[in-house]
Amino acid sequence: MLLEQILNGVMLGMVYALIAVGYSLVFGILRLLNMAHGSIFAFGAHMALFAVAMQWGMPAAFVFSILMTGLLGMAMDRVILAPLRAKNAPNITCLISVIGVSYIIQNMLMICFDSTKKTFPKLFDFGNVEIFGVTLTSAQIMMFLIALVFLVILTIIVNKTKIGLAMRASRENSKAANLMGIDVKKVVTFTFFLSGMCAAVAGVLVSGYYQMVYCTMGTDAGLKGFSAAVLGGIGVLYGSVVGGIVVGVAEALAVAFLGGSFRSAIAYVVLFLVLLIRPSGLFGKDNIDKV
Amino acid sequence: MALLKVNEITKVFGGLIAVEDVSFEVNQGEIVSIIGPNGAGKTTIFNMLTGVYKVNKGTVEFEGKEIQNKAPREIVKAGMARTFQNIRLFPTMRVIENVLVGDHINIQYNFLDLLFRTKKFRKAEKEAAQKAIDLLESLELGDQINNYAKNLPYGMQRKLEIARAIATNAKLIILDEPAAGMNPQESEELMKFILKLRQNGHTILLIEHDMSVVMNISDRIYVIDHGRKIAEGLPAEIARDAQVIRAYLGSGGVEKDAEQDA
Repeated sequence: MLLEQILNGVMLGMVYALIAVGYSLVFGILRLLNMAHGSIFAFGAHMALFAVAMQWGMPAAFVFSILMTGLLGMAMDRVILAPLRAKNAPNITCLISVIGVSYIIQNMLMICFDSTKKTFPKLFDFGNVEIFGVTLTSAQIMMFLIALVFLVILTIIVNKTKIGLAMRASRENSKAANLMGIDVKKVVTFTFFLSGMCAAVAGVLVSGYYQMVYCTMGTDAGLKGFSAAVLGGIGVLYGSVVGGIVVGVAEALAVAFLGGSFRSAIAYVVLFLVLLIRPSGLFGKDNIDKV
Repeated sequence: MALLKVNEITKVFGGLIAVEDVSFEVNQGEIVSIIGPNGAGKTTIFNMLTGVYKVNKGTVEFEGKEIQNKAPREIVKAGMARTFQNIRLFPTMRVIENVLVGDHINIQYNFLDLLFRTKKFRKAEKEAAQKAIDLLESLELGDQINNYAKNLPYGMQRKLEIARAIATNAKLIILDEPAAGMNPQESEELMKFILKLRQNGHTILLIEHDMSVVMNISDRIYVIDHGRKIAEGLPAEIARDAQVIRAYLGSGGVEKDAEQDA
């Protein structure tokens, strides 16, 4: 029973991890909390819903959602954040702007897709699978695996490629990076694409898991992902993955042993306890604000 | 033809003229120094060369092409790379990664190569890594390749910064007060290091306020004071130049000493 719930939590936690990584990527480079990430997540889910409604099939829906959501992230950076940065706007200005963007996206979704809850097809259904004497649905396992694949892809991009090197250099010292010939603007825009991609994948997976899509679905998932990022140490990618799994497991255990109404409360209690002991998060760097 | 030719550049901040009509040139294979007391405008000149500041007047020609007011990134591409007065490495990245960042602009492959890890991609990555290792070994940083930049002692961090600049394939390397914060022994070693760079075929422009540092290694020296060029020539000439001595010691210096002696 305990093991089963822990595994349930890990499966769900991987999705939180994906959302958390989206926050971390942007925060790492810009020191900005992308409060629109939840809405971007919902946008990703709706793009997939649109593709499914057009009967393009699930794989195409996935790709379509990733591209559209990535483009949305890039557009948000280019249209709103890049001009603000060019004028040396204080961070709080950018923060308010992305909160604004968050509501604009949500409202656009309500206008285009109306505000009811829409059903989304189950992603995978090959019956149940038994692991360590615990029964898991194939939907859960596929959710876990797809999230894992994307996290691995992301890790490879950040750690093994030229653009990833540029991302890490910009994160460490964007001025020096710029003077070493790195196009920091391009790097930031690409980061928003990756962040949007993570949100889209998470959005499609969550929609398939609960078989439901609605405009405000990003609020709760966004906050959970954000908590996971902070818990792991925001800006640190593997920290976000661990944070996501901790939040997922805490949630699953709370539902199983205390009841569904404790679902979110317990996740935040865990967050609070971790931060009391390690204020900068599990893997966080001690002083984020060195410059 | 001079590698770098600077013609009467001027920089004005509001009403303050920070640099006025300064001209100088650097030839292939030279070590040229720009010196001057603190606040003379050396770093401002520097920032104009590397694209951080816009030039109000005048031109900067590099290999015959005008490069003033271009973005820093394009100036690096043109072949000029710099180090910083206060070291700006990427502290939590490894030594080799710091160098790879410098080489970044020279690696050629597109997103599809990356996605499918094509032969071209793997070859480019491998070559870049090998080049970085060779460079670090030639600069006696070979045994630090996998260390984190922040763990290196100060003198080595300086060297690493220079290595990073070299990795961009720069034809001209600009060093901004490389001896700042170093004790005499360390700066001695640094001078040897810079001489070795020239032996390896690099051209170096040095900005420094410490006269003793540049006298021994420079081919030519330009002296800046209050934003203007007050002298230029060989080190021996500069050391005897009355205007330079006045700029460094103040005009009343000699008489005051005489009074104290009396």
